[in-house]
Amino acid sequence: MADLSRAIAERVKAARADRTPLFLTAGGSKRNCIGRRCDAGDFDLSAHRGVVDYQPDELVLTARSSTPLADIDAVLEDRGQHLSFEPPRFSPAATIGGTVACNLSGPARPWGGSVRDMVLGTRLVDGRGETLRFGGQVMKNVAGYDVSRFVAGSLGVLGVITEVSLKVLPRPEASETRVLELEAPAAIETMNRFAAQPGPLDAAAWLDGRLYLRASGDTHAVLSLVRAWGGESLPGAGAFWQALRDHALPFFDGDAPLWRLSVRSSAPIEGYPEPLLIDWCGAQRWLRSEHDREALQALTRAGGGHLSLFRGGDRDGEVKPVLSPPEQELHRRLKRAFDPDGILNPGRMYGWM
Amino acid sequence: MPLRDELDRRFREFLDAESLIADPESQRPFECDGLPLHRELPLLVALPDTIDQVRRILQICDELRVPVVPRGAGTGLCAGATPLRDGVLLGLAKFTRILEIDPLARIARVQPGVTNLAISEAAAEYGLYYAPDPSSQIACTIGGNVAENSGGVHCLKYGLTTHNVLGVELLTVSGESMSIGGAALDCPGLDLMALLTGSEGLLGVVMEVTVKLLPVPETVRVLVAGFPTVDQAGDCVSRIIAAGIIPAGLEMMDRLAIRAAEDYVHAGYPVDAEAMLLCEVDGTADEVDATAERVEQLMRAMGADSIAVSRDEAHRLLLWQGRKSAFPAVGRLAPDYYCMDGTIPRHRVSEVLREIARLADEAGLQVANVFHAGDGNLHPLILYDSSHPDQVAAAEHLGAQILELSVAVGGCITGEHGVGLEKLAQMPAQFSAAELRQFERIKEAFDPGLALNPGKGIPLLKHCQEYRSLERGPSDG
Repeated sequence: MADLSRAIAERVKAARADRTPLFLTAGGSKRNCIGRRCDAGDFDLSAHRGVVDYQPDELVLTARSSTPLADIDAVLEDRGQHLSFEPPRFSPAATIGGTVACNLSGPARPWGGSVRDMVLGTRLVDGRGETLRFGGQVMKNVAGYDVSRFVAGSLGVLGVITEVSLKVLPRPEASETRVLELEAPAAIETMNRFAAQPGPLDAAAWLDGRLYLRASGDTHAVLSLVRAWGGESLPGAGAFWQALRDHALPFFDGDAPLWRLSVRSSAPIEGYPEPLLIDWCGAQRWLRSEHDREALQALTRAGGGHLSLFRGGDRDGEVKPVLSPPEQELHRRLKRAFDPDGILNPGRMYGWM
Repeated sequence: MPLRDELDRRFREFLDAESLIADPESQRPFECDGLPLHRELPLLVALPDTIDQVRRILQICDELRVPVVPRGAGTGLCAGATPLRDGVLLGLAKFTRILEIDPLARIARVQPGVTNLAISEAAAEYGLYYAPDPSSQIACTIGGNVAENSGGVHCLKYGLTTHNVLGVELLTVSGESMSIGGAALDCPGLDLMALLTGSEGLLGVVMEVTVKLLPVPETVRVLVAGFPTVDQAGDCVSRIIAAGIIPAGLEMMDRLAIRAAEDYVHAGYPVDAEAMLLCEVDGTADEVDATAERVEQLMRAMGADSIAVSRDEAHRLLLWQGRKSAFPAVGRLAPDYYCMDGTIPRHRVSEVLREIARLADEAGLQVANVFHAGDGNLHPLILYDSSHPDQVAAAEHLGAQILELSVAVGGCITGEHGVGLEKLAQMPAQFSAAELRQFERIKEAFDPGLALNPGKGIPLLKHCQEYRSLERGPSDG
């Protein structure tokens, strides 16, 4: 439960002085996925942990970045609250800092918001070793650019996140899951149609001919909604959603490359290769195996979104979505604005960055 | 040739006479935004109606090194759209087309001049709406909402603009097109949407916005409770949240604001109360019955003297109308009012209101308080008379003290109105020099010549002033 923020700043300053790039790591649960392989020595942040402040009535929790999600869960559970973005954990060591740096959110994301949405403030050490604080512990704050949310998903290339303040919410009173036997095109249509109706729908996924729908919230509202859906109740629903969240379903087994397609939720599913898993009410689609990148690119473009190679495959090549030349130039400039000497996670997001 | 004539000549190649305003009298409607403490006339007002015209305006201004101030409906409250004397005011109010509503994917694609309310009106036939609802929603534009990261009275449950926009089509300062985000739930690469939302027109010109639409709740009910003390009302807010209830809206008004609103709309507000809470709950009919009952019990337990519950939709709207017209209602109490916008940790509200009252006494001015209690965003309305220069100075000074007080208790200087020109002086109260310098670097990454709305939003430090006078070199600075 140590505060190592000063030591972190000193280490970054020293690394900058002798031009030694750093690869930021804590729990290590996302080391081999999401970003490219990073050619730099590990900078182990895992000792910088601990919940710093928690005010249930203010709906705000502040924690050092390497605090394990499990520790945060425990603290929140005592007061009947939770992280509404249902953060995935690919191992029990997964931390809140890594979750923010990867902007990683689980099945509830279309309704519960992303981790980025719930960020209220961040402290970070930039590539100059300067300690900076953006946002704060209040719900609304529009002074200056919203750097606290901007660093969410930046894969550590802008700064070392040392502390995060998050909006937390009450745990739902009840949760029910129903399964409908449907093929993918009908499932896409059905989940989006249900999402356009009022009610506490808070997860919608499809796998192997089955549409999984979850309602969470007020007991009355949950029961009346699942009755309207029909379908079968799912025994052990909690374990299913947790396995989906943590990529622990058999779909995710093996070494075949895992592709992530982030698209308009209602985008047609025709032409998608199998095996296929649909989450986020159609807005996040997963594909396995050695697909041709160009072909997948075309599918995502048609769906109004973007493609990334989430896990496996060639991690020395580009794995994040293709950007236009002006966007690339802007990314380079923003990288330099935060980390002028390229000390932090070089190449982790893009090789050209 | 003087700069104004040069610009005028070149703009006329693609803009008709009605889309270019050069004479000072016709420029008057554009001299300020919703904060008339700051007024200025620009070199030219340009009112294009195609993206290509905007691109050419930006290119010409880039070439001639003329700053550009983008403007939507001019309802902003921080002097973010105040013209620059040596700049072009780029009005985007003609871009009023709704380009697409996708009821299945629950998104709308609209031009920047579409009003906030028009989106919800267009989505209504599908049972959908756009959630952020600033008080100016009938007039304010979605482009302006993106620029300011606007809030409203339902933010605690439904978020700010930043939580409800998915993508923008942007023109950079040099007129280059860039698509950022889109119909998907996240941005590729760095989350530029997070930076652009709330960037006050300093990073680019938004030409199209993709927003999320939500299903209209089945049932909505409002409870209005009067409390004998501000402390009790403040404690009641904490108790509601602690009970696991996230109301759709949770608003507080103090005595002066209650009376002004009641005189204005006759909503049946508790005029003898020191503080009033307005709590809206939404959901299915059963859910709303159960939640409203729990809220009512908590209100009674916390000492509410009176509780009114909306009987039907008309009554609900009436109960809201008092709150939504609180600014003009308070505005009738004095020739002018100055609206502040700090955010504070919710549990400090009583203490902050007491300190504001003390500071107001010292300044010899009255302050009415309207508070988005759910999310801690406090709007003290300072009453003054602009025909007395002393009062203007006193109001501005009191405003600055209130913002600094917000930061001192752990909050911030602006929750939803933005910094603009108004709060530049308070930025160092909230941010260190290193943090302000980082804002400058972000600005430079998008706009190396500092030509987009310069001098608003972030203080231009000495470095920037010098930078601006230099010839623009290779882009990487």
